Amino acid sequence: MILNKSEVTNILDKLASEYRVIAPVEKNGMVEFAAIQKGEEAKLDYANSKKPGKEILFPQSEELFNYTVDAEGLRMEDKVDSQASIIFGMRPCDVKSWVLLDNVFKNDQYTDVYYLTRRANSLVVGLGCNEPASTCFCSSVACGPFAKEGSDIFLTDIGEAYVVEGISEKGKELLAKLGLSEAGAEATAAAAKLQAEVKADGTINIEGMAEKLSGMFEHPYWDSLHEKCIGCGACTYLCPTCHCFDIADEATDCDGCRVRNWDACMFPLFTLHGSGHNPRPTGKARWRQRLMHKFNYFVERYNATACVGCGRCIKNCPVNLDIRQALADIQALD
Amino acid sequence: MNKTESIREIAKKLLEEKKVDLVVGFAQGSLPLRSTPYFARTPEQADNLIWGATCENNLANFVRKRSEKVAVIAKGCDVRAIVALIKEGQVNRENLTIIGIPCEGMVDRKQICQAVGCKEILEATDNGADLVVKGKGFEQTLAKADVMFGSCKTCQYNTPVIFDELVGEKVEAKEADYADIEAFEALSPAERSAFIAKEMEKCIRCYACRQACPMCYCSECFVDCGAPAWIGKGADKVDDNALFQTVRVLHLAGRCVDCGACERACPVGIKLSILNRKMVKDVKELFGAEAGVNLEDPPALNTHQFDDKEDFML
Repeated sequence: MILNKSEVTNILDKLASEYRVIAPVEKNGMVEFAAIQKGEEAKLDYANSKKPGKEILFPQSEELFNYTVDAEGLRMEDKVDSQASIIFGMRPCDVKSWVLLDNVFKNDQYTDVYYLTRRANSLVVGLGCNEPASTCFCSSVACGPFAKEGSDIFLTDIGEAYVVEGISEKGKELLAKLGLSEAGAEATAAAAKLQAEVKADGTINIEGMAEKLSGMFEHPYWDSLHEKCIGCGACTYLCPTCHCFDIADEATDCDGCRVRNWDACMFPLFTLHGSGHNPRPTGKARWRQRLMHKFNYFVERYNATACVGCGRCIKNCPVNLDIRQALADIQALD
Repeated sequence: MNKTESIREIAKKLLEEKKVDLVVGFAQGSLPLRSTPYFARTPEQADNLIWGATCENNLANFVRKRSEKVAVIAKGCDVRAIVALIKEGQVNRENLTIIGIPCEGMVDRKQICQAVGCKEILEATDNGADLVVKGKGFEQTLAKADVMFGSCKTCQYNTPVIFDELVGEKVEAKEADYADIEAFEALSPAERSAFIAKEMEKCIRCYACRQACPMCYCSECFVDCGAPAWIGKGADKVDDNALFQTVRVLHLAGRCVDCGACERACPVGIKLSILNRKMVKDVKELFGAEAGVNLEDPPALNTHQFDDKEDFML
């Protein structure tokens, strides 16, 4: 099917009357995902959002429930969000991150009602990347500028229009309602050409990485990797697959709420025990954890690498600690 | 010999003669307009050291509480932080060799990005006074002076105030310039409040500002304390984000060396310098004190004189 760019605003307006439409918008000089009321708010000619798409399902700060105690007793209200949503124009790396995060929030040990309710009520319209940035390496990590995994509908930008593909049943059903015209042969060919030819950096070699890391816990490499790291959370918070969180109770007198906030393995507090003992007391232990979690533990547990190659950690690190270099260094070790 | 060559030569000599175990400096980064902190422990590694207009991090961060003998490649603001840290007992001067670099200012990637319409820069060449930046389908020449960090444009201590070796000619000190703060002060309280709220709305509480600050070294930051919880931990509350910065600024009163490392590290571009420099300006005006400008002045918070101004007290 085909969606002319001039019609996008109308389509989004139409969708917004029925669904919560979450799209990239420009705010404070950055692109972020937010619910839009009108189609014209969406900014689809963006490279990528500053904060990753994970925050749609797993917000940085999320009230899980709140409570009040008064003379009549205790009242509690949970805050499960079940609003039907369309995520319009998310990049393939962020879409892939949802597929990876599903493993964490739904597995044999744990089912997260907050994440999963949003997930079940979300329909993803993925948007291919015609011009991946130099920091993008999705083509190296089982993703790619036109990877469709996780998208319900997929858009390919061919200039004046998007070629629209229904991927999942859910996506096809929505498309049937929208009444878009069929794409002509020329448009289809243009989209196929882009999908076949555009690649991000595919040279980051992670082949055998998980196996190699398995034997590296005590390797001296970790003594140097972390050295320039200042221990902030920019890489983890802006990573679409990092998912660690902390739970805090915020209460004043008889009113309170339980909040889930993003947390980061780069902070010493993340692993600090009540006793004062810290099993990851050094930057060395914390960086080893970050790298191991993405390229070894996650692979062993879920058979997938917890990196989608979006490059946000590379662009945003205050000291230019480049994960691509770390991976290359590890591959080069004997 | 250019500065990079001089730095390498000095570092190599220090390492070869075993006068130091480690030289902290900068190496070429992995992206255009990026350098990266580097730790040279052998004369061979010293060959990776570089100097340029992208050596933006404050390396004083890496010399606190070191047990080994360390040399550091330090620009003016790094040295101010080192001086302040020496006074606070965080750096042992005897174990530290300061290779000072009179600094002409570091270039700001955010301003450069805006100057080229936020297109991706794939290559950058430093021609002395100019930077030539190239990307897909464009090439633009920018005057470095136009795209310097705000903290560099107003820096009065480009030349390190103490050093063991100095690489390059001293840079003439500029007049004090607090035009940015004066403009902020001229706003109404409601306008100032709105400005701060807008900036704090961006905050993701990654604490890059705190971590990049050479003077923020508390073993437990007040934001990390759970009992009592002094502050909400979430990033969604603008007031809590502002409280974090307010306490940080107050905690840095008389200690902030105005290096701008916090603002440079911020991944979401919060204008932190407005708050920090307001405090720097106030401390200077009220108490005549500036942090880290010499080894003799006692830290502002460690002194009390009967004629200290107290008119801000109730």
